[in-house]
Amino acid sequence: MKEGAGMIAKRNRIVPILFLLPSLLFLGIFIYMPLVQNFYNSFFNFSVFSPTKEFIGFSAFEQLFSDKIVMTALINNIKYAVISVVFQVAFALVLATILEDKLFRRIAPLLRVVYFIPVMISISVIALLFGFIYNPQMGLLNSFLELIGLGNLAVPWLGNATTSIYAVIAMSQWQSIGFITMLFIVAIQKIPKELYEAAEIDGAGKIRQFFNITVPQVKETLFVNMLITITGAMLVFNEPYILTNGGPGTSSMTLSVYMYQQGFFKDNMGYASAVATLIFIVTAIFALVQIKVSGTGKDE
Amino acid sequence: MTKTNENIKVDMLAPEQQAKKERPAKKAKTAMKTNLQGKVTKNMILLGLLLFAFVILYPLFWMVVSSLKSYDEIYSNVWGLPSVWHFENYATAWSMGISGYFFNSLFVTVTTIVLVVMIGSMAAFTLSRYKSRWIDVALIFTIGGIMMNPQVALIPLFELLTWLDLINTHWALILTYVAYRLPLTIILIRAFFLSIPKELEESAIIDGCSEFGIYARIYLPLSIPIIVTTIVLTAYFAWNEFMFATVFIDSDVLKTIPSGLMNFRDSLRTDWGVLLAGMVIATIPMVVLLVFLQRYLVRGLSEGSVKG
Repeated sequence: MKEGAGMIAKRNRIVPILFLLPSLLFLGIFIYMPLVQNFYNSFFNFSVFSPTKEFIGFSAFEQLFSDKIVMTALINNIKYAVISVVFQVAFALVLATILEDKLFRRIAPLLRVVYFIPVMISISVIALLFGFIYNPQMGLLNSFLELIGLGNLAVPWLGNATTSIYAVIAMSQWQSIGFITMLFIVAIQKIPKELYEAAEIDGAGKIRQFFNITVPQVKETLFVNMLITITGAMLVFNEPYILTNGGPGTSSMTLSVYMYQQGFFKDNMGYASAVATLIFIVTAIFALVQIKVSGTGKDE
Repeated sequence: MTKTNENIKVDMLAPEQQAKKERPAKKAKTAMKTNLQGKVTKNMILLGLLLFAFVILYPLFWMVVSSLKSYDEIYSNVWGLPSVWHFENYATAWSMGISGYFFNSLFVTVTTIVLVVMIGSMAAFTLSRYKSRWIDVALIFTIGGIMMNPQVALIPLFELLTWLDLINTHWALILTYVAYRLPLTIILIRAFFLSIPKELEESAIIDGCSEFGIYARIYLPLSIPIIVTTIVLTAYFAWNEFMFATVFIDSDVLKTIPSGLMNFRDSLRTDWGVLLAGMVIATIPMVVLLVFLQRYLVRGLSEGSVKG
């Protein structure tokens, strides 16, 4: 008997460790180590294939704060975040509420899938498609404006420094509204129906029901969605990289695109690392707030 | 999802019918007026919903229609249907490189899925069955991984993969994809494992089942739904990932679809019909996934985001 108990205890120690080890290694090597390495790299000057790294202390960070392109990029990221919060979060909440309303229960399942289709499509397909839409000669957008008699509003959307970043942001809204809407739908479905029934008996209209029941009941999801959207906007790389590569000039630059250009085109790996550190700090602040609010890590 | 809808249908019909019966004759006129107003509002909103659906669908419809046109027609006849349907655009796209990207994506996606499910479910098994200070630390270490973003790790990962001599191989993508998918996968599977009744494993231990046997013969078979969710989410991620695919792989023959399409565009220059055909081919697997596995996808995405 004693031997048996000892064997279970021994088995219990080795097997769980073996089970856990691969994932801890993956996380350690490919997620945490690069993060530390990135901080370390920020204090050096080096290029991709250079054998040595030259220590430069904080001078990359000093350069960062006097770099006008970093400022442009940061402002673009903030524009991205603000517009995305309005369209993806506020509009998506209204859209989800409408889709969950009994009035539209017949058509809602179909519309949910339709709105969700762009979420599933690769960003490179979407960006190439919007390249066609924004094309100044044959693009759908300008052709449409001419069709409805607003041809004078047509501009080369991506080739114009004042419109380029907004054209990129607009594409993101088109792609992502369906995603946030779906998250809200899941949250709304969890609201007890009695609340709405009671409100209806009290004579509260749809708009009052929205503000007095729906919004407070999905508060947590609302907050999480806002953070997902803001963090995503601060990190955004694919959309501007494919559509404009930050141009024309630096008009649609974002922090991630700038980091990529500095690192892999200008070969200033050290400076690119400093930009990455800035990105990390900006997003970590939001991530910490998110952990605190959503209570991740606690058992349910 | 469908079940909830049916419930709503049943619940919501009842009060309406009652209201109709009890409505006093006097109020009929005002009721008709509000009814009319309600109908107008309803139709306006419906129109808005359909308009938005149109805004989403039309560009995709245009992509499919234009993929069957010649270059001249894409340029000069933006709105119309093709005068000659160029189905050969698809064959051309497939043979001019899309097939290679497609199979590269398939290999990377399938390998990533297998590794994520294996490694993730094993870790979730330990994290859900054992309690100690070290398990808590491991759990926080795992969950914390969700907060780390690939953008910040891009340059160090490039250095690391170069040092490991893995840059410009499929393993550069597979290993990093697995790492970045593990935290969410482990959180989802662990939550599911926690709901499995302890009595099952107790009787298994009495029957002489080993620790591995409990994992392989009890936990895994019971967790098929959450594993399907994991598979769908991982497929969606690995099939569409762009940044790593662009930076870590330089050789055209090794590129996956998202980064390969960029090369494809550059080499085609003006052969837009063929490019659009390639874009449609790249899209089809994921839309099929959405149509058939919608339920699993929605569940994973919503749980993942709330927890993350």
